[in-house]
Amino acid sequence: MSKAVLALEDGVWFEGESFGADGEVFGEVVFNTGLTGYQEILTDPSYKGQMVAMTYPHIGNYGINHADVESSRPWVEGFIVKELSPIVSNYRSEMTLEQYLKKHNILGIQGIDTRKLVKHLRTVGAKKAVISTRELDPKKLVKKAKKSPSIVGVDLVKEVMNPKVYDFTEVMPAEFAWGDSQKKRYDVVAIDSGIKWNILRKLNQHGFNVKVVPASATASEILKYKPHGVFLSNGPGDPSAVKYLVKTVKDLIGKVPMFGICLGHQMIGQALGGKTFKLKFGHHGNNHPVMDLKTRKIEITSQNHNFVVDINTLPKGEVEITHINLNDKTLEGLEHKKYPLFSVQYHPENSPGPHDSDYLFSRFYEMVEKNA
Amino acid sequence: MPKRTDIKKILIIGSGPIIIGQACEFDYSGAQAVKALKEEGYKVVLINSNPATIMTDPELADATYIEPLTVEFLEKVIVKEKPDAVLPTMGGQTGLNLAVEAYEQGVFTRHNVEMIGAKYEAIKKAENREEFKRAMQKVGLDLPKSNFAYSVEEAEKVAEKIGYPVIVRASFTLGGSGSGICNNPEELRATARMGLDYSMVHEILIEESILGWKEFELEVMRDHKDNFVVICSIENLDPMGVHTGDSITVAPAQTLTDREYQRMRDAARKVMSEIGIETGGSNVQFAVDPKTGRMVIIEMNPRVSRSSALASKATGFPIAKFAAKLAVGLTLDEIPNDITKHTPASFEPTIDYCVVKIPRFAFEKFEGVDDRLTTQMKSVGEAMSIGRTFKEALQKGLRSLETKRFGLGGDGKDKVLDQALETREEYLQFIKTVPHRKEFREKIMAYAKTPREDRIFYLKYAYLAGYTTEEIYRHTSVDPWFLAQLKQIIDMEQELLQAKGNTQTQETMMRKAKEYGFSDRQLAFYWGLREGDVRKKRKKLGIKPVYKLVDTCAAEFKAYTPYFYSTYEEEDEANPSKRKKVMILGGGPNRIGQGIEFDYCCVHAVLALKKMGYETIMVNSNPETVSTDYDTSDKLFFEPLTLEDVLNIYENEKPLGVILQLGGQTPLNLAKALEANGVRILGTSVKAIDRAEDRDKFKRLLHKIQLSQPANGIATSLEEACEVAKKIGYPVVVRPSYVLGGRAMEIAYDESSLKKYMKKAVEASGKHPVLIDKFLEDATEMDVDLISDGKTAVVGAVMEHIEEAGIHSGDSASVIPPFSVARETVEEIIFKTKQIAKELQVVGLMNVQYAIQKGQVYCLEVNPRASRTVPFVSKTIGVPLAKLAAQLMVGKTLKDLKFTEEISPKHVAVKESVFPFVKFPGVDIILSPEMKSTGEVMGIDKDFGKAFYKSQDAAMSRIPKKGTVFISVKDSDKPKIPEIARAFHRLGFKVVSTKGTAQVLRDYRVPVQEILKITEGSPNIADWVRNKKMDLIINTPSGKGPMLDEGKIRSLAVSFNIPCITTVSAARAAVRGLQAVRDDELDVKSIHDYHGVKMLKG
Repeated sequence: MSKAVLALEDGVWFEGESFGADGEVFGEVVFNTGLTGYQEILTDPSYKGQMVAMTYPHIGNYGINHADVESSRPWVEGFIVKELSPIVSNYRSEMTLEQYLKKHNILGIQGIDTRKLVKHLRTVGAKKAVISTRELDPKKLVKKAKKSPSIVGVDLVKEVMNPKVYDFTEVMPAEFAWGDSQKKRYDVVAIDSGIKWNILRKLNQHGFNVKVVPASATASEILKYKPHGVFLSNGPGDPSAVKYLVKTVKDLIGKVPMFGICLGHQMIGQALGGKTFKLKFGHHGNNHPVMDLKTRKIEITSQNHNFVVDINTLPKGEVEITHINLNDKTLEGLEHKKYPLFSVQYHPENSPGPHDSDYLFSRFYEMVEKNA
Repeated sequence: MPKRTDIKKILIIGSGPIIIGQACEFDYSGAQAVKALKEEGYKVVLINSNPATIMTDPELADATYIEPLTVEFLEKVIVKEKPDAVLPTMGGQTGLNLAVEAYEQGVFTRHNVEMIGAKYEAIKKAENREEFKRAMQKVGLDLPKSNFAYSVEEAEKVAEKIGYPVIVRASFTLGGSGSGICNNPEELRATARMGLDYSMVHEILIEESILGWKEFELEVMRDHKDNFVVICSIENLDPMGVHTGDSITVAPAQTLTDREYQRMRDAARKVMSEIGIETGGSNVQFAVDPKTGRMVIIEMNPRVSRSSALASKATGFPIAKFAAKLAVGLTLDEIPNDITKHTPASFEPTIDYCVVKIPRFAFEKFEGVDDRLTTQMKSVGEAMSIGRTFKEALQKGLRSLETKRFGLGGDGKDKVLDQALETREEYLQFIKTVPHRKEFREKIMAYAKTPREDRIFYLKYAYLAGYTTEEIYRHTSVDPWFLAQLKQIIDMEQELLQAKGNTQTQETMMRKAKEYGFSDRQLAFYWGLREGDVRKKRKKLGIKPVYKLVDTCAAEFKAYTPYFYSTYEEEDEANPSKRKKVMILGGGPNRIGQGIEFDYCCVHAVLALKKMGYETIMVNSNPETVSTDYDTSDKLFFEPLTLEDVLNIYENEKPLGVILQLGGQTPLNLAKALEANGVRILGTSVKAIDRAEDRDKFKRLLHKIQLSQPANGIATSLEEACEVAKKIGYPVVVRPSYVLGGRAMEIAYDESSLKKYMKKAVEASGKHPVLIDKFLEDATEMDVDLISDGKTAVVGAVMEHIEEAGIHSGDSASVIPPFSVARETVEEIIFKTKQIAKELQVVGLMNVQYAIQKGQVYCLEVNPRASRTVPFVSKTIGVPLAKLAAQLMVGKTLKDLKFTEEISPKHVAVKESVFPFVKFPGVDIILSPEMKSTGEVMGIDKDFGKAFYKSQDAAMSRIPKKGTVFISVKDSDKPKIPEIARAFHRLGFKVVSTKGTAQVLRDYRVPVQEILKITEGSPNIADWVRNKKMDLIINTPSGKGPMLDEGKIRSLAVSFNIPCITTVSAARAAVRGLQAVRDDELDVKSIHDYHGVKMLKG
């Protein structure tokens, strides 16, 4: 453990101790309010380009296990916590958080007033920042942070997607499996723009044979597999920078039933003519209330996004708003009035987060079944 | 869906007296529910027998009935008020049970009242073991494996199937006898045989043992649209085997991965929907096998609870308030989150701090009690603390307990087995030697393994004794995560100890130590300094706490509710205003002698001062209370009530002064030290407090106003004590100086019992002297509550105790107005009390206790603060005394407040005490100078007899109207008993007695049946009790201990729920009660009707 400094581009800085790797890293700082799920957060490719501050002070308590990962490796640029647990206590733990970060060369910083940081970000919005164990002069670091590249307008999808095409067969571990059913299976192509594995596990469990293709795949390449449905995944960064995927979606609309999550939802939104904009500090946590406007029921959702589709830019005749965030009334879900197509901004695959929105996978199944 | 319009008037059932397992939390939830429903435009009717509650204040409900919580009285209230619905989920188990009983007797159907919040069927499903099990299995949830057995052979088969170890529980026994854990068939055979014997239905349950598993709890809410949210997750530090009320609990859960946590959340959701809780809050308890992760459901409570109050305070999410709104049809998305204002209640709170709840026990008050913690709850209160880390919260919690501890040891109060470690040297010596003392080490581990109230300290001692985390875990099953946190505190302590004399090291370590929750007092101990020096040093270094907000959302949104906790970090959010402000110190955790009454007074002060335009700042550490509802004061600091913590807030907020006479003895004890540190104390001066509390000064005070005091003396040794006692004459009352609640107070009738006492006394009071007073035999005790502005004084009420002097005033029944004492004596008492107030220049409240012996008035003690009886008096006379007192403390006069004359109520009110004996099987129930009651009820009616009868009914020791009364009294009571026995006979009772008393009754020609004593063969008195062949027991103790017949009879009476009267005066009152209700049926009347609109002022 060595001294480390976290400095934001606007001059605010914190002194703490490093854990995991040493060095110097850059990224946009966001905060996540989940009490559990740091392992899923670390391995969620959507965090590419970002440093995550956990609002809960004790992190690392239950260690790391191989089954709860959301991708092949952690993606966060840096990890900010109040206090790293001195010990790991969980029957499934295989290594400590610190060992894990070290292994993947991720820099963590602890011992800072994370609440102060969060309040600051809440007020000024997400900020570019640097964490360093090499340079400890805050002033110099602030300058470095200012100079670091922004994620606005940058395509980060290419950096996180798996370039290979593969079939995904992993299922949920038995002790946590639920919602499983013995029904007719359909083929689905999942477009990987940084896909979380739990989406794939869920698709698998809900009666789909899953083939994963990279986000760079074209519509004709995808249709070649003759899928019964196409799934559009989550992913990092600015959705307006992923023009090629918007085009692919445009080409697929009306040809095959589609379901999109997070970045996938933003792709669909743009393909339908909508615009996206960046939220002040985004939604990152497991406690966001979303109302399903069809049933008027509330689901507590897992969220991780900085950008949203502007609800006012969607063509009214074609698109129906299906879900709304009750905290800030932003768009959380839409469906096409004519074509078999719907999407949500949040994460029905949870992981981390509540399982309230699992029904969306069933909806997708029903849609595919109807159109098959 | 909007709220229901088909119901207009709702009846809320309160929880009655404070008992173990049911404390102020139900006043908090009940008061919230009343407010919430009124806010929605409903008429609210309330029934609760406990006068010391905010919910029974006339300002809250539209009609408040302080009447017994029985089906009979509930129905009377329903007949009178005709409510459309009843909300039974706010009054704890008492409220729920009453509603179930009333439903089963057809009361609700008869009067067309709908149960809202929880339906009868749902309650039954949740509460009935078998039905619950079936429901859980239906939705695929796992429970501990179990089955019934009716023979030893069957038990063996069941156990074999389940796998050892198993727990045997005998069905339908009292006090949990006939249960035990069995590790092998041999143990099982023995326990099963015993269990079958004990069980009245010859049935035992064999259950899979989950002792040592991790215990979790989820606080959840659900609305009628099936919207479901988890408010808080809680993980217990003490693993399965200790009642959750007796466990140290931590929020949020610490050792579950997201997958494990979400699995639990899913299970809780299934439980809610299967049981059918459609509108409200519940808690679901889980156990998790630490080795395999297997999760089983333990139980669920379909109502708000102690843990929902805790969860509300831990997260800032007001569960009871919202539960009440859901009960009338609102949905979660229709209710705004009070704290953020802009987001709805349909979200899950997230927190960015750690909360620790620590139970408070009172074993020292019950001789011979089994102090091991089990699945039967034994704690009487709890403290909660908040810190940014568990370490900080734990140490803050330990110093909130009012057990004179200042953190996780190292505070001069450590006591390892019999070894006290009062000095730094003793402590160091212990640390150095203990790893080498084999037997001692093992004893320490044995203590760490068997949970008692100080288990947390034994976990520490085990570390000091050289055990490793793995070893401690293996023995105690306390999760290694918690142990590792303790270890961090201990390691830091070792470093701190090393830094003695090294100013530079001390200074570099200071911040980190404070972050770990160490108090200045502990640092002073480690460094051989005084607390004040550490404080000075700390302030010089600029190390001050910051105050952070509890906001339900981990700072994601702006919060509007000023609810704070201290921590040592960078940013302070307290943002002190420039307004005129007053700080009010609360009473800390409930314990015997200090309970809800003081919280009631503090809340009243807040309300009154707020109305006057002051900013009110509340400081308290008890999560059960109304005072710690963030809705009560302008600013709430959830902090320990120690000098350090209070000063920190004071210096940050700079109020114009502090009120500490309303929070009981806890804040009063800080008076001197606070003043010495420049704090302005509002109300009665510290000097006056000292004059009342210091023995010599007090003596001079009484002398000055020519008031007698029982002859007394002071002793510091056994010899001295004997000498003093001899001089003033036996019997004597002995007690350590400076105690509350009659702690370790006893009556010694002769030298040998005095000697016995003195040996124990040294233990209770350390090196402090022992006070010896002449005991006034057969004296009547009186209690006076007075209010004064420094010049004028008005007596709130003079109360006459039913039990004679010598029984702690908190345990006696007391009556307004006095019923047997001469009018002149009462007037003399009023006069003298006012004189004392004048002499002390009391500003605020004062309580004085007197004993009247043969017409002579003796002053027993003066308490220059609000007393336990303030709410009772206020509700009897219709004047909110505590509210007035607060106004006096900021400069108003009684004339300003238009309260200048005593009030003579036209009704009679009786306060009766409620005892926890049923939780302590085998403990003798006799009353003594040591306070033992946990709560109180009030009976109010036209005359003494009726009011007394109601008070007994409310105290759950209903006097039967007919049947058999067993009478057996000590010799000195024998002359008084024939008259009472004859009265019972005339009332139609059959009188039975054992030899001695029977002889006396026969002599006086009272018809009596003589029965055998326990030692005289059978069927004897014990058999009569066991077979419930008697309906009432009158048994006065001879003072010879619980081992004799009489002690056994009394404790059996408790087990079999037979009312037992232990004083002649109470027996006499019972006769009057029975005479009063013989021909005339009891009626109910609301507090509003008793007082008209008068009480609404103030």
